[in-house]
Amino acid sequence: MKIIYSDVLVIGGGLAGLRTAIATKRRGLDTLILSLVPAKRSHSVAAQGGMQASLANAAKGRGDNEDVHFEDTVRGSDWGCDQLVARMFAHMAPKAARELAAWGVPWNRVRAGAHEAVINGERVSLDERAEAHGLITARDFGGTKKWRTCYTSDGTGHAMLYTVSDRAIAESIPVHERREALALIHDGHRCHGAVVRDLVSGELTAYLARATVVATGGYGRIWGVSTNALINEGMGAALALETGVARLGNMEAVQFHPTAIVPAGILVTEGCRGDGGLLRDTDGYRFMPDYEPEKKELASRDVVSRRMAEHMRKGKGVKSPYGEHLWLDITVLGAAHIDKNLREVKDICHYFLGIDPAKDTIPVRPTQHYSMGGVRTDHRGESPWLGGLFSCGEAACWDLHGFNRLGGNSVAETVVSGMLIGEYVADFCQSDAGDLTVSTALAREFLAREVAHLRAIAAGRGNEDGVAIRRRMEAIMTDSVGLFRNGPHLEATVGELAELLVRSQRLAMRGHRLDANPELVAAYRLPRMLKIALTVAMGALARTESRGAHAREDFPARNDRDWLKRTLVRWPEGEGAPALDYEPLDITGMELPPGVRGYGAKNIVDHPDSACRQGEVDEARAAIADRHKLQAALMPFRQLLPERYRGRNERLDEPLGARSEARQ
Amino acid sequence: MTRRLTLSVFRHNPRDPASVPRQDRFVLGETAGMTLFIALNRVRDEQDPSLNFDFVCRAGVCGSCAMVINGRPGLACRTQTKDLPDEIHLYPLPNFELIGDLSVNTGKWMRGMSERLEAWTHLAGEPEHDRLETPMEPELAEAIYELDRCIECGCCVAACGTARMREDFVGAVGMNKLARFRLDPRDMRSDAAFYQVVGDDSGVFGCMALLGCHDVCPKALPLQTQIAYLRRVMARTGIL
Ligand SMILES: Cc1cc2nc3c(=O)[nH]c(=O)nc-3n(C[C@H](O)[C@H](O)[C@H](O)COP(=O)(O)OP(=O)(O)OC[C@H]3O[C@@H](n4cnc5c(N)ncnc54)[C@H](O)[C@@H]3O)c2cc1C
Repeated sequence: MKIIYSDVLVIGGGLAGLRTAIATKRRGLDTLILSLVPAKRSHSVAAQGGMQASLANAAKGRGDNEDVHFEDTVRGSDWGCDQLVARMFAHMAPKAARELAAWGVPWNRVRAGAHEAVINGERVSLDERAEAHGLITARDFGGTKKWRTCYTSDGTGHAMLYTVSDRAIAESIPVHERREALALIHDGHRCHGAVVRDLVSGELTAYLARATVVATGGYGRIWGVSTNALINEGMGAALALETGVARLGNMEAVQFHPTAIVPAGILVTEGCRGDGGLLRDTDGYRFMPDYEPEKKELASRDVVSRRMAEHMRKGKGVKSPYGEHLWLDITVLGAAHIDKNLREVKDICHYFLGIDPAKDTIPVRPTQHYSMGGVRTDHRGESPWLGGLFSCGEAACWDLHGFNRLGGNSVAETVVSGMLIGEYVADFCQSDAGDLTVSTALAREFLAREVAHLRAIAAGRGNEDGVAIRRRMEAIMTDSVGLFRNGPHLEATVGELAELLVRSQRLAMRGHRLDANPELVAAYRLPRMLKIALTVAMGALARTESRGAHAREDFPARNDRDWLKRTLVRWPEGEGAPALDYEPLDITGMELPPGVRGYGAKNIVDHPDSACRQGEVDEARAAIADRHKLQAALMPFRQLLPERYRGRNERLDEPLGARSEARQ
Repeated sequence: MTRRLTLSVFRHNPRDPASVPRQDRFVLGETAGMTLFIALNRVRDEQDPSLNFDFVCRAGVCGSCAMVINGRPGLACRTQTKDLPDEIHLYPLPNFELIGDLSVNTGKWMRGMSERLEAWTHLAGEPEHDRLETPMEPELAEAIYELDRCIECGCCVAACGTARMREDFVGAVGMNKLARFRLDPRDMRSDAAFYQVVGDDSGVFGCMALLGCHDVCPKALPLQTQIAYLRRVMARTGIL
């Protein structure tokens, strides 16, 4: 039996995993990263539009701060998020952007003086102040009150991932590439590492560690068309689910992005609309102002996507051989702007559509994009049910995004959560709780189980067609667990997914090799994908309300009275279906009590606690002028942060002065 | 009306002593907007589930799917079949370790190159997280990004004459990286330090200036000018 020991095992070499590993390595812990692909090919590389951080350098960002970012995030989440986590995040985002700036990300910078921008379809002149010259600039994004999204052209994810990955190389952190974690090793209370398959040789190894961090990204590929990379198959969430102990949170919370190209499903960034791009219908008519007079094209993604679908249902879609779509028009921005700030979009249009976006409109429609749900953790990133199991990034649900993530908040989350959870993981490892206590017998048992499992699959004595089952799963997820959902369809889908799951365990195999064999990989992942699909569909069926991206046609109201709670799902060992339960969100401690978002339909069933808490908040606001003191009075959070990150963030309009002041 | 395409695909499993390198031919009907990503996946789904190849983002940004397409290295995911003849020959990138069929280990090569060249920002110190960031001229940030756009796909290495002869040659990808860090004021290295890692025949002086790299780069990086410039600077540094 081959065993590899480390203090920290990070599963995932995307932004979240890499940044976590850098933190634990710097705390003196032996840290190792696993990745399906070379780290720089992780899905993070595809992020385009930018990262939200309230730096307030650009003219249209003036007056921005953590408070505004926090409120935008909570509204965006449709009050589904954990407000403490949202506060920690908004406080950390500027630190993360500045750290990346120092490490090498070539953020676009403010140029002092007048420049042109397109706002609401019109060219306007903006004036950047001299003091801001050379500081990090920002663009507009959906659901935000300020221009807060820092960017490097539209290759932000690439620039960030390369810098962070290079940092990991500089700090000698090994990345075991082309290795796949197949199962978590645990004893029902504590996680001890993972059984890992070498995707080239097929060899299985037990990786044992004090702490295991799941940073495996999202589960978008259970839908037929997704903007996600092909490797985003939810395997990290499946690993946690298959422990039978750890729980996943809000799996039904899935984002559909308004602008993926048709038919390829490749994303063109929200930055297109942030920079002034418009949505048009089959008549060339700009329809969003009719639905969303306030935010227009820049309402939150769940809202814009639904409005687009609504408009297409009215017969205003553009008919095409690949189904209906609408147009994204960025011709108004001009070739010079596109060549500089939207160059990936230009490439994508050129290579996949054969068009020039400076001259032609882009065929788009809402497409699966982001997984808000994931491995449920506390604010420290640890599973409350399985000690030593941590999770961060898109794979996790520490619950920054609730039922809808704001654009630009995800890459920000990856680095922020890496910075924080890396520290908490290190604290854990350096405490008594973090001692490595696993017996090699347990490792051997888990390893033997996976070996037997893979042998049985490779033998392929069944008669089912894996490709057909997968296509069917993708189709029914798209049809009934998409932008709009309803009870009868969800019920049928849950039933059919359960059947597909049974069938997926009896596949016929053409080849039987145990080394690099894509047929084998597809075969062992398929049942896990179906399990994840089931948690999503069952969560969606049970949640009889509409919140953020979860839109039930038969329950159109956001029902705070009965549903201001997080879905938890667990798959008890040996059972044929997952079990749901719920975790209430406590309004009495909220800094921003439930209210209207400012965009989207207003259809809310109030919770009795909301008005009372609103009264308390209003009173505090009237009594306390200083924004930091007010915040601390309403919902103290700084004590939860690692000490090194508790300081205030400097801004041009909020200078820190002497060093001591920064620490308060 | 629809064309019938023939994909002639290199097959070999280096771990299997019985495997002999060969070409397998797969015939399939072309569909509108078909890319090699779509075509190869159809082959795998419908004809041969054992075929190894690598796609991740399928949008031309992750650099996983570089292969030799009718004699020329390129990204398969964004190559349209309509731009190719009826018969399409696919080979794995040369100069990299073969994993199987069209899949090669570019990741291992790139990490090795990065370690040898120390291809990261050599920091003066750790940032002060709470303070305003250090300003940078907007044009300089843009110029750095221009060189930062490399996706480590390996096309330049596959098209390189020197890389074929010298296993330790850092390739255009390596030289472009050093040019990128040299341009970046956040990297504290002197030219002498750069010379230490790239001033020999495995670096700038190994380049024969055939510039196959420049022609095949999917991101159209200015490799020709960057290599020439770096060589001039390094030659001067070497003399001093
Ligand atoms: C096209 C696109 C554009 C986007 N643009 C933006 C944007 O502009 N701004 C923004 O904020 N967000 C954006 N997002 C979202 C954002 O990019 C992602 O949410 C984020 O990058 C996820 O990072 P991560 O580190 O959590 O996971 P990933 O980057 O997905 O990394 C997951 C890692 O886990 C590894 N892995 C998975 N399973 C296993 C396993 N079983 N064993 C071993 N390793 C495993 C993978 O190899 C990979 O290294 C975009 C998303 C898409 C799809």
